[in-house]
Amino acid sequence: MLTKLNEIKVRAEELLQEAVSIEKLNDLRVKTLGRKGEITLLLRSLKDLSPEEKAEMGMAANHFKMQLEEMINKKTEELKQQEMEKRLIAEKIDVSLPGLPFMRGSKHPLTRVYEEIRDIFVGMGFNVAEGPEIELDYYNFEALNVPKDHPARDMQDTFYINEDIVLRTHTSPVQVRTMEKMAPQLPVRIIVPGKVYRKDDDATHSPMFQQVEGLVLDSRITLADLKGTLMHFAREIFDADLKVRFRPSYFPFTEPSAEMDISCVICKGAGCRVCSHTGWLEILGAGMVNPRVLEYGGYDPEQVTGFAFGMGIERIAMLKYGINDLRLFFDNDRRFLKQF
Amino acid sequence: MGVSINWLKEYVDIDWTAEELAHRLTMAGIAIEGVEEADSDVIMELDLTPNRGDCLGLINLAREVAALNGQPLRIPQVKISENRENINDYIKVEIDAPDLCPRYTARVVKNVKVKPSPEWMQNALLRSGIRPISNIVDVTNYVMLETNQPLHAFDYDLLGKEKKIVVRKAEYQESFTTLDEVERELDLDSLVITDGIRPVALAGVMGGLNTEINDNTKDVLIESANFLNTNIRRTSKKQGLRSDSSVRFEKGTDPNGVIYAVNRAAQLMQELGDAEVVKGICDIYPGKKEPLIINLRPDRVNHLLGTELSFSEIKGYLERLKFDIKDKKGYLAVEIPTYRPDISMEVDLIEEVARLYGYNNVPDTLPLGINRGGLTDYQRFRDQVKEVMAAYFYEVINYSFISPQLFDRILLPADSSLRNVVPIANPLSEEQSVMRTLLLPGLLENVSKNMARRNQNLNFFEMGAVYYPSDDRLPDEKLKLGAIVAGRVDLNWLKNQVPMDFFYLKGIVEILLQELGIKDCIFERHLLPGYHPGRTASINCQGREIGIIGEVHPLVLENFDISDKACAFELDVKTMFEIKGQKIMMEQIAKYPAVERDIAVLLSKDVKASEAIAVIKAADPELLQDVIVFDIYTGEQVPEGYKSAAFRLTFQSMERTLKEAEINNRVDAILSELQKQIQARLR
Repeated sequence: MLTKLNEIKVRAEELLQEAVSIEKLNDLRVKTLGRKGEITLLLRSLKDLSPEEKAEMGMAANHFKMQLEEMINKKTEELKQQEMEKRLIAEKIDVSLPGLPFMRGSKHPLTRVYEEIRDIFVGMGFNVAEGPEIELDYYNFEALNVPKDHPARDMQDTFYINEDIVLRTHTSPVQVRTMEKMAPQLPVRIIVPGKVYRKDDDATHSPMFQQVEGLVLDSRITLADLKGTLMHFAREIFDADLKVRFRPSYFPFTEPSAEMDISCVICKGAGCRVCSHTGWLEILGAGMVNPRVLEYGGYDPEQVTGFAFGMGIERIAMLKYGINDLRLFFDNDRRFLKQF
Repeated sequence: MGVSINWLKEYVDIDWTAEELAHRLTMAGIAIEGVEEADSDVIMELDLTPNRGDCLGLINLAREVAALNGQPLRIPQVKISENRENINDYIKVEIDAPDLCPRYTARVVKNVKVKPSPEWMQNALLRSGIRPISNIVDVTNYVMLETNQPLHAFDYDLLGKEKKIVVRKAEYQESFTTLDEVERELDLDSLVITDGIRPVALAGVMGGLNTEINDNTKDVLIESANFLNTNIRRTSKKQGLRSDSSVRFEKGTDPNGVIYAVNRAAQLMQELGDAEVVKGICDIYPGKKEPLIINLRPDRVNHLLGTELSFSEIKGYLERLKFDIKDKKGYLAVEIPTYRPDISMEVDLIEEVARLYGYNNVPDTLPLGINRGGLTDYQRFRDQVKEVMAAYFYEVINYSFISPQLFDRILLPADSSLRNVVPIANPLSEEQSVMRTLLLPGLLENVSKNMARRNQNLNFFEMGAVYYPSDDRLPDEKLKLGAIVAGRVDLNWLKNQVPMDFFYLKGIVEILLQELGIKDCIFERHLLPGYHPGRTASINCQGREIGIIGEVHPLVLENFDISDKACAFELDVKTMFEIKGQKIMMEQIAKYPAVERDIAVLLSKDVKASEAIAVIKAADPELLQDVIVFDIYTGEQVPEGYKSAAFRLTFQSMERTLKEAEINNRVDAILSELQKQIQARLR
């Protein structure tokens, strides 16, 4: 009996050594430990032995059974680990290959810049007002203190639908429309974005472009407020270290009027082609709302003061992204669009 | 206009370098675009704002410099020796249109020697961009540059026998030839100078050829007049003729400056042409202009500027401009010289104070008080739309005006309402002459142009207005969202080049609508010009049309030289906003497992997937949670006129685990409804 057990033991150990796969181990498990396995059969045959022998053999056989089980389990674990390692090595990919090219898109640079401008002003308590692109001459010019035959009409060559209706040349008519709606409520703090049109088409002019206009009215708004607000804007949109200067200008709808220059964002003021070697870039026009315009809007200029400003979004975008040709914005070439 | 600094220095001392002078003037609102050295002189390029036309005269410009550097202004003294004759024996002036000609003055000089003007004058003119002609003509230009008062010299002997000047509006079908040898048809609003018989000058714009100064000219009539700026502007525009004279009159000249100018011209003609000056000036002045007096409240200055300037500081700045100021109780009464027509209100004077004080000395503050800023729901909605779109398409911005020929190219029938456009009266070209009524033509051009440049696989969107004529005062502007795709997903090594076709585009529309909370949209086949008749759908929700989606008609693609297929949609943004979903409310997630079953049936080719799904859903409104079409097949093993359709059904209960038999019953019920209602055959 003991000899038999020893034989089984030797064979099992040999097989265990030789097993190179989980299948082989399973075979071994079935062959020795299974229901009809050698050990199982051996244990079953113990019933014919004397009680002493039975006890001795039983203990030896059971001991061996446990030992073998443990060895098989251990070997199985080892093999599993090896197999996993093999598999992982086999599944290696070239991670440098490109990913699946989803057809992505992007916002137009003018949209991006507008949203940036808008967020700065909304952060300062501004609302966004909008109005029609095809506009009455009255709102586009007359209520802004530009009567017919006024020389200032030469500043903005106009597309006409008929004598009384124009394609708006600026977003300023929305100022008047907003005042008419709001008066006499205060404060008014709006920006007005949108497309505007001028009869001009060359390297530096597009017949359609986009503006953001602003209007602030309250009982005591000053030129100093205009300066502070627009300086904050310029430093937010470009650069906190930016130098800003204001100089007198002329717009029929504001008085006093101002032009805001910033130190050149390309050369930092040293002088380059972009700033015509002046170190300064003109970026927006502004001024204190002309009393006549306040009256047109329904406010009493003795009680209410305010400032207004306007800028071309294209100009800001060109400076921000180093775009050197205005026409690229409306050419819609994907090689341009996908850069934003 | 170019200004010679040497010439400017004749009227005011300047110690600054040219750059410093240019900077100071610019910061005071007289913009200098650039300075350029020329021999021993420096030319400043003026970029004047339209309100400061006065600075086109050197004396007025010198006055600005004097206000900035505190140096005295030197206005040339005029000394003329007149003969004993009487101007009234030489000329009579009548003004028939006093509203257009507030003042007309004339002098006569005799026995002039017409010859080239001296070198210094020729140089002065050349540096200001004016070609020297002869001493007489050069003097009129020189004095104009000096005083901003345009002058004209007539050959006195060529004026009609009556020797009179009549200023009147042009007559019907009147025409005459100006100095540039162009015969000009005059309109009834144009003002002409006549000699009582025929026009001899187009007032304020250009003289006539018939009375031009020539080598034989002996006697000269010098005109120094004032004309209504708006009328000169209109005539100049109408004739397409801008002259140094019209440019000045358009901006408004000083009617009280005409005498000095005519005298200065007579003096120079005497000096340079040995002219004999007839005594006196013929001066007709029906539109007398008195200087304006404006009251300036110093506290108003500080109120508007945010400064703390004292009464005397404010007064000091205005005194620098040599304005006549009277101290009143609490305010200043300021007399505005008539050469400064730009100052007509108190705020105009406040600007004068501000620009001399220096805008950059004004403090910078933020407005007091708060305002509840932010965006409206509609503005936020549009942001959201753009946000979703930009994930799948590149945004384009097209011009709002298009060529009417594009309507033909997209096959719009002649009676299509989309051909009813808002036309531009004065377009830049036919190509940009009508306001667009749809976004499609622009998007097609984007694809066409990009393909021509070898940009393949294109996906664009645009959000912008279209314009319809309306019975209201203004046309109707509607905000549209359009998109176009052409080609396939970009070439890749995964061999996954899905075509960007109808269903690709519809998939994105579905994402967009879902994102916006617009549920239960119905896509229904729809006939639309420009689109493939079998591959176009209208999109409806809650009984309203949101827009359309479809494959572009092959002939349209041909018309736009697009070699690939293209699909597009165009949606109405406002409509989507109006039917967008309410707030999101969470639905409970089931605790019990869902069970999936696949079924396949044969359907007649004409049965729409949406119909089959509707039948399935109606057959089991209780446990059926979802139906997905996962295969549509025609071909082998499918009889002619049929298609095989496979659906995955998901059953789910919130209360219990579903039993096998129960689900089998449900599926059988669904199949029998499919059979009954749409004659489906089981596979």
